[in-house]
Amino acid sequence: MYAQMIKSEETYEDPKKLMAFQARIDDGDRIEPKDWMPKGYRKTLIRQIGQHAHSEIVGQLPEGNWITRAPSLERKAILLAKVQDEAGHGLYLYCAAETLGVSRDELTEMLLNGQMKYSSIFSYPALTWADMGVIGWLIDGAAILNQVPLQRTSYGPYARAMVRICKEESFHQRQGFDIMIKMVNGTAEQKHMAQDALNRLWYPSLMMFGPPDAESVHSEQSMRWKIKINSNDELRQKFVNQTVPQAEYLGLSIPDINLNWNERKQSYDFSQPDWSEFFDVLEGNGPASVDRIEARQAAWEDGAWVREARIAHAEKKNMAILAAE
Amino acid sequence: MGDNTLVLGQRLSEWCGHGPAPEEDIALANIALDLIGQTRLWLDLAGNREGLGRDSDMLAYHRNPWDFKNLLLVEQPNRDFGVTMMRQFLFDTWHLETLRILSHHTDKDVRGIAQKSSKEVTYHRARSTNIVIALGDGTEKSQLRMQSALNRLYPYVGEMFMTDKDDLIDMAALRPRFDAHLSATLNKATLTKPESEFYHKGGKTGTQHSEHLSHILATMQSLPRSYPEAKW
Repeated sequence: MYAQMIKSEETYEDPKKLMAFQARIDDGDRIEPKDWMPKGYRKTLIRQIGQHAHSEIVGQLPEGNWITRAPSLERKAILLAKVQDEAGHGLYLYCAAETLGVSRDELTEMLLNGQMKYSSIFSYPALTWADMGVIGWLIDGAAILNQVPLQRTSYGPYARAMVRICKEESFHQRQGFDIMIKMVNGTAEQKHMAQDALNRLWYPSLMMFGPPDAESVHSEQSMRWKIKINSNDELRQKFVNQTVPQAEYLGLSIPDINLNWNERKQSYDFSQPDWSEFFDVLEGNGPASVDRIEARQAAWEDGAWVREARIAHAEKKNMAILAAE
Repeated sequence: MGDNTLVLGQRLSEWCGHGPAPEEDIALANIALDLIGQTRLWLDLAGNREGLGRDSDMLAYHRNPWDFKNLLLVEQPNRDFGVTMMRQFLFDTWHLETLRILSHHTDKDVRGIAQKSSKEVTYHRARSTNIVIALGDGTEKSQLRMQSALNRLYPYVGEMFMTDKDDLIDMAALRPRFDAHLSATLNKATLTKPESEFYHKGGKTGTQHSEHLSHILATMQSLPRSYPEAKW
């Protein structure tokens, strides 16, 4: 899940309008940018879509760090295409957020000053080539589980962005799994890299779905508004159920001694991640958190003269056109 | 041709996630992707003609710096976005003219790759030209940066038009069209071509690369060289 711990905003507005709004959502209507919407709905969506967009943008960094070291020209090309897709997802999402009355620059400033977050997963380092496999297989896999239902979310621009994003994400997941197949069928060192990457990224992947439902205080309102469709635990369970057979196929062991098939519930039992680590990461104390924000801060500051110059040039061109008329 | 596209594609890849706006990140990755695609075509053809069973990956990952025949221009560091785009503009302008001639070459394979590549490079040149104009003409600050980028890189232009025994065409013959596009663009960009026509050489012959190339290759080749048995 690329949006975690989204706090729903309470709304104090005309109860009649609120009821009519809720009725539209319950009927499966799509809310469009010019429609009336409660302030809380708007604010919650800005936070959720913004966080999702930031995750796509920050998410370029761990993979970007491996493009220059991709071990074949084909792998390099695939990774370039994938990271390019992710920046594109960031753009669709920033555009969706802009329909709610917030600019991309404002959202970026909020990411850089810590007011907005990005997904906890990208605060972990990508240490070997096998991490490129696990990022596709598990992280994009987890993102798909979250994003497929969001294609039915109540806010039109967000739902439509999700349709496009989901198509590309399934390609990403397949290429990740393909890297894993090569690694586990390769040399002893490649197998070591594959298992090591799974060991490091398994629990952070489980954290992507957010804290357990019992502690997830903000979910209810978001679910009523159909901004959130499934509960955190529901999606996490689905993820484990889908991933365990894939790990078995790869001959990799999931680093959880409590992982067992539960016949009664027809699902796997598994250990929870260390939630205190998750909250540390959200506070900016993930192993790569500072590196990530520093990199984005530098891109923003170093790029300021370029953005200013392009605006200045565009204005001069417009003036010239006006003068000619 | 393949070494040029490989080294420049590698350089552009370094920008991933660090560009001035997501649109620029996407565009730089897209151009890098085109260049890496072209690399595979050229180096597979080179390996095929060599007849020693080497493919594009062998040629990219298992050669030493002195075996690389790329222009010095493409191995120059990214520095800032202005230098990166000025380097791209100079290269694209040369690249497109070269591909135009190679598109009529007698060798069918060379012709095929050149024709396919020139479609992509037509777009690359249009884009880098527009950016050089926008940044040159933009603000006082951006004009200074672009002028300094041009001054920094112009001494690598002359090498592009040297002809040696490995060249399939007369490179010097491309210069007039290159110069025409250069001066039209610099004019719109309010930039001035440096007076000195001095240029560095040694990249395309492999006799004297800059210090930068071996760093690029050390990064790029690290996995296949460290794990020669591995398939990825």
